[in-house]
Amino acid sequence: MNDTYIITVIAVMAMVTIALRFLPFILFDHGEQLPKWISYLGKVLPPAIMSMLLVYCLRNIKLVEGNHGLPELICVGVAMLMHFWKRNTLLSICVSTILYMIITQSVM
Amino acid sequence: MKQIIKQVFPQTIPVMAGYISLGIAFGLLLQSKGYGPIWAFLMSLFIYAGSAQFLAVELLAAGATLIQVALLTFLLNFRHLFYGLSMIEKYRGTGIRKFYLIFGLTDETYALLTGYKTPDGLRDKDYYFAVTLMNQFYWVLGCVLGSVAGSIIPFDMTGIDFAMTALFAVLVVEQWKTHKAHLPAILGFVITTAALYIFGADSFLIPALIVMSVLLLCLKDTLKQEKANE
Repeated sequence: MNDTYIITVIAVMAMVTIALRFLPFILFDHGEQLPKWISYLGKVLPPAIMSMLLVYCLRNIKLVEGNHGLPELICVGVAMLMHFWKRNTLLSICVSTILYMIITQSVM
Repeated sequence: MKQIIKQVFPQTIPVMAGYISLGIAFGLLLQSKGYGPIWAFLMSLFIYAGSAQFLAVELLAAGATLIQVALLTFLLNFRHLFYGLSMIEKYRGTGIRKFYLIFGLTDETYALLTGYKTPDGLRDKDYYFAVTLMNQFYWVLGCVLGSVAGSIIPFDMTGIDFAMTALFAVLVVEQWKTHKAHLPAILGFVITTAALYIFGADSFLIPALIVMSVLLLCLKDTLKQEKANE
């Protein structure tokens, strides 16, 4: 196994990732008032990105074949309904995850 | 210190479940390509990006060029550019820890820190730092564990990584309840789903993020109005 290769791959990946995470701060974090549009975007993006990340987690389900993504969709539904109802993060996540494990390990 | 852990730990439990199980899967996969625990450790410590590390395993196995590695990592982690925008104001005044806070800004850390408020009695900077550090700890632990002992785990873990999906589902609801303006959440869902349909599962995040940001900027006045009515 060639160690130099894996070390350079790790270094390149780390540097690109670090650069992307630092760039917004390098560009806009200069101590004074943020440009209004950046400040605005920073406030409205989180709810939009949360929806995006949820869709991202579900990106590989097949709606038209196999089980139609039913285990995922049902359990996401359960998590969201429970959270609307009780607003207890751990409860919503535990119930939906255990349900998911039962469904995928037994039924499907 | 104890107080901080006591108050922050419960918030990070879903990430713990997700990171440890996904980390184990990663460690196992890396091991299967002939790279042992030391590499799992170094990658989770320095790259610290789940999907990029899974990609790295494929690239290593394929003997990809460094240009390919850089380009694919850039595309995969492009979304992190947008996370910082929400953290610039939050992270002011965090001193030297800021470097680590930015380094450790993963999807899940971002989600927790924008989804929840600092628990009562904690300083913001201690809270941000504790969440970031605990999350990376789970990830490193999972990756190394998978590499060392993944094949001897006694029970069937299939499906436990759903905890991460459930976490984002819960945080969508959390954001829905916190913000009166629901347009960003709806736009995020509609645009990402459309982008997934148009561009496919491998390349939809970047177009989705760009369209989302542009549209939100165009809607600035409407959304400001809604905020004013809250």
